[in-house]
Amino acid sequence: MPIEIRTASTASEAAGLLAGDRQARLLSGGTLLMRDLNEGRLTDGVLVRLTDPAYRQIGVSGSRVELGAGVTMAMILKRRELACLHGAARAIGGPAVRNMATVGGNLFAETPYGDFTVALLALDAQVMVLQGYGAPRAVGLEEFLAGRGRASSGLVTAVQVTLPQNPLDLRFRKVSRVRPKGIAVLSIAALLPTSGGRVTGARVAYGAMAPTPIRAKAVERALDGKALDAATIAAVRAVATEGTRPATDAVASDWYRREVLPVHLARLLSGQE
Amino acid sequence: MLEFRKDLFAAERDDNLNVVGKGAQRQDMPGHVTGRSPFFDDHAFEGLLHLKVVRSPHHHARIRHIDTSAAERAPGVKRVLRGADVPVNKNTLLSLINFGKDDEPTLAVSKVSYKGEPVVAIIAETEHQALAARALVRVDYEVIPHVFDVEEALKPGAPVVNETYPNNYFDYHDRYDHSKLRFGDVERAFAGADFIVDDRYQMSPIEHAPTETNGSIAAPEQNDRFVVHSCAQGLFFSLGTAAKILNLESNRLHFVGGTVGGGFGGKVDSLTEPLSILGAMMTGQPVRYVLDREEEMLYGSPRGAERIYIKDGIMRDGRIVARRIRSYFDAGAYTRLSSYAAIKCTAHLPGPYTIPNVSADIYVAYTNRCPSTAMRGFGITAVDFALEVHMDKGAEACGMDPMEFRILNAYRDGDMKAHRRVAKNTALIECVQVVADKTGWPLSDQARRQSSLTGGGGARADIPATVLDDNGRIGRPETRTGPVTETLPAGTMRIPMTKQPIMEGSAEARPTPPAVPQYEPYRPTPPANQPAYQPQPYQPTPTAPPPTQAAPPSPPSAPPPASAPPTQHGAVRFSSVFGTRRR
Amino acid sequence: MAKVPVQFRLNGSDRAAFVAPADNLLTLLRRGLNEFGPKYGCGQGTCGTCTVLIDGELQLSCLTLAATCEGRHVETVSGMANGPTLHPIQQAFMEHFAAQCGFCTPGMLTAARALLEANPTPSREEVIDGISGNICRCTGYEAIIEAILAAARSGQVRRA
Repeated sequence: MPIEIRTASTASEAAGLLAGDRQARLLSGGTLLMRDLNEGRLTDGVLVRLTDPAYRQIGVSGSRVELGAGVTMAMILKRRELACLHGAARAIGGPAVRNMATVGGNLFAETPYGDFTVALLALDAQVMVLQGYGAPRAVGLEEFLAGRGRASSGLVTAVQVTLPQNPLDLRFRKVSRVRPKGIAVLSIAALLPTSGGRVTGARVAYGAMAPTPIRAKAVERALDGKALDAATIAAVRAVATEGTRPATDAVASDWYRREVLPVHLARLLSGQE
Repeated sequence: MLEFRKDLFAAERDDNLNVVGKGAQRQDMPGHVTGRSPFFDDHAFEGLLHLKVVRSPHHHARIRHIDTSAAERAPGVKRVLRGADVPVNKNTLLSLINFGKDDEPTLAVSKVSYKGEPVVAIIAETEHQALAARALVRVDYEVIPHVFDVEEALKPGAPVVNETYPNNYFDYHDRYDHSKLRFGDVERAFAGADFIVDDRYQMSPIEHAPTETNGSIAAPEQNDRFVVHSCAQGLFFSLGTAAKILNLESNRLHFVGGTVGGGFGGKVDSLTEPLSILGAMMTGQPVRYVLDREEEMLYGSPRGAERIYIKDGIMRDGRIVARRIRSYFDAGAYTRLSSYAAIKCTAHLPGPYTIPNVSADIYVAYTNRCPSTAMRGFGITAVDFALEVHMDKGAEACGMDPMEFRILNAYRDGDMKAHRRVAKNTALIECVQVVADKTGWPLSDQARRQSSLTGGGGARADIPATVLDDNGRIGRPETRTGPVTETLPAGTMRIPMTKQPIMEGSAEARPTPPAVPQYEPYRPTPPANQPAYQPQPYQPTPTAPPPTQAAPPSPPSAPPPASAPPTQHGAVRFSSVFGTRRR
Repeated sequence: MAKVPVQFRLNGSDRAAFVAPADNLLTLLRRGLNEFGPKYGCGQGTCGTCTVLIDGELQLSCLTLAATCEGRHVETVSGMANGPTLHPIQQAFMEHFAAQCGFCTPGMLTAARALLEANPTPSREEVIDGISGNICRCTGYEAIIEAILAAARSGQVRRA
């Protein structure tokens, strides 16, 4: 059976199509799926398009933000309230890709892609997943990523995040060999809320350091309750690569990624360019 | 902006330039900015078919069986091509100039020698149908050991990569397993040198990555011809290659090209033309074969990897008296143009320096990697990188400024190069001087006074007595090292062949080698009016008084010339490409 | 294979075609409609040679399913010139030698157009970001950046 396109006007209709056909795939911005189609890895099956306007909506209420899974990077970059996500959104592709690539798609981007998800992971995002008909269920992003490889994970309708009080509390850095745009050697997002000069509740996430974006829990422990001074940063450097399993690919070797990670993490924490 | 230093070499140049140095609009620019420049793929054909190839997933494997039956029945498939469908399924690119043996199939038949080697071609009505059918081809492989390292490949017992060259090296002159350069006596000079600097250099393969991938469209034309829209950098090279592989008269092929979406050397291999034309012959319809990006990056031939060993003998005053080079070109699985790159490399040595004793062995080794090809100065680029890094190390060894060290050892007009051609239009000294100027690098007055136009020739134009050896002689049990076999007297232009060379390719009914240019034998010119250049000892402190001219060091001595005068019998003929010299 | 009808506007003219469901917009333009301005360079959204405007927004035609273009307006490099008069960005590319082999040029011009129509007075950094999705293997970009800045300075590119 060759490729067939089905258009759904509501999320539950799309979720139903996906639930009823294990081969069916959702076509969102196209930056991942179209490549498989163009290169012959995907030669048959149903492609589901979702035209529901809610799928491409950004909802902001105070610090609570809901990003429809079909929201593009360019749409995020147009919203001032989402300033703390701009660094990560701008890290995705060139202008044309940012007009196409979606929040939902980024959750499925295989390493070394998926830099936006790294920022979402640092923000402890919740993924809204719709399985069959009914209401979407909130799944923690960490849990979602752990089960990403498995089939029938349902339809991602949206991502919910709580933005930090101070937008500067979220720091993001993408390291690539080509500027301004290149594939990640690695990326780092660090949420560093401070009170009384000390970091409390740090969340640090890495991209391209494991098969999916991961949390750097040893780094978080080394930061918690500490002032961001030279001694803390030295302690962080020492545990930076704990739990990482980087790949060797065309961009960098696993060795290189492990070697440069502590350097870039220290620069990010010390506010160096 | 460009700056023209007209003070340099003013006497050598007519300065009434009409175009150089002035802005001029390119004639192809309106086409480029309107998107109307006709690249090979920008042509509409009714009934256009699309060709995709099945590639080897293994680095090295025997093909036990190929089953294309499911692919042949797949929707939209018009034709499936296999090796047996290719009229002349073995070729080497430089066979058009009678250099090298045919070694590469268009579609692999009995074995694959690199990951990505084409095995089967599918022709279908749409690209998607061709891709879907491609997934249905079943090839039964028996994986065999592979070799990736050039030096490993040359060891006894290494897997045989390319059965045309069962020892994993390209044969030169049917005589040696490498391209050889001998000038003077390096071993003797090393023994007398104050410093020895020895090191190893490597360069990875480099992909050209043109934005337009390799491809072509071939279509039946009236008069029983085929029109071929091609991205080839050398359109007639590609035409000749296709005509040979398809066993067609070349006047049945009408190649259209010249608008190339970036080539950089990666579009000289005729990667797609033979199959798209064969497809058009077999189906009677236009056939388009374009590499996708992954194919271009992984299986479109790169600049080959190289490994280079350099050993220099240097005197305390900074003169390099001997340079020995051993270098390995990684051809990948098939020859393509590597054999030629090695000859270019050999003729380039020892770089833009006058060194009285030079020895080089340049190997082309076959490995189970993607065949490599031309790219911007291939044969020269990597060895130049190695030589220049080595020059810095040499300067360090003798405690000399690296710029001064280059000026001291630079070649000058009239000097004899190691491959026995006289250096002309040399300009290294001036280049170094300008770079020093631009970067504010302090140069001694003595170095500033040097010129490429003076000081060359004279004793520096002499050909030293040269020691010969049989290292790497094909067919010898131990061919990597060996004793000196003979010392040619000073002034000998040509190393005589001990037997008439067998022309490569003669077994393939091409017994007559093509006519090659004829050169007069070299006769040293009488010294010019200026005195022969004598390198001055380097003065590390610029404030020191200039060295006295009284006792310049004599040029490093070569072995004493044998008593017999150089003999030349008639004109010397040789081809700069295949290096075979005949009487 | 069942084909799907699609009707859309191409550079201001109405077009209709039948496409295979798996066809991308680039294939439709090039093979279906003989519009050879956008080029195939990678099929993965990396090189930018297939860049077009869809409803005024910069998009990659190789990553756009042709069937999803129903009712939309697609603009390519071929629609930039006004008859025989070049668009100011095309003129600036001519004058600044901003093309060598010419293969990336259609995509580069389209990206430059989208940039200047959104931001008629970009900084050098904004120009660099604006063409960061378009790979040029020949020029080293400098001439292209200069050309786009010159087109901006000419003041002839109007906000869309």
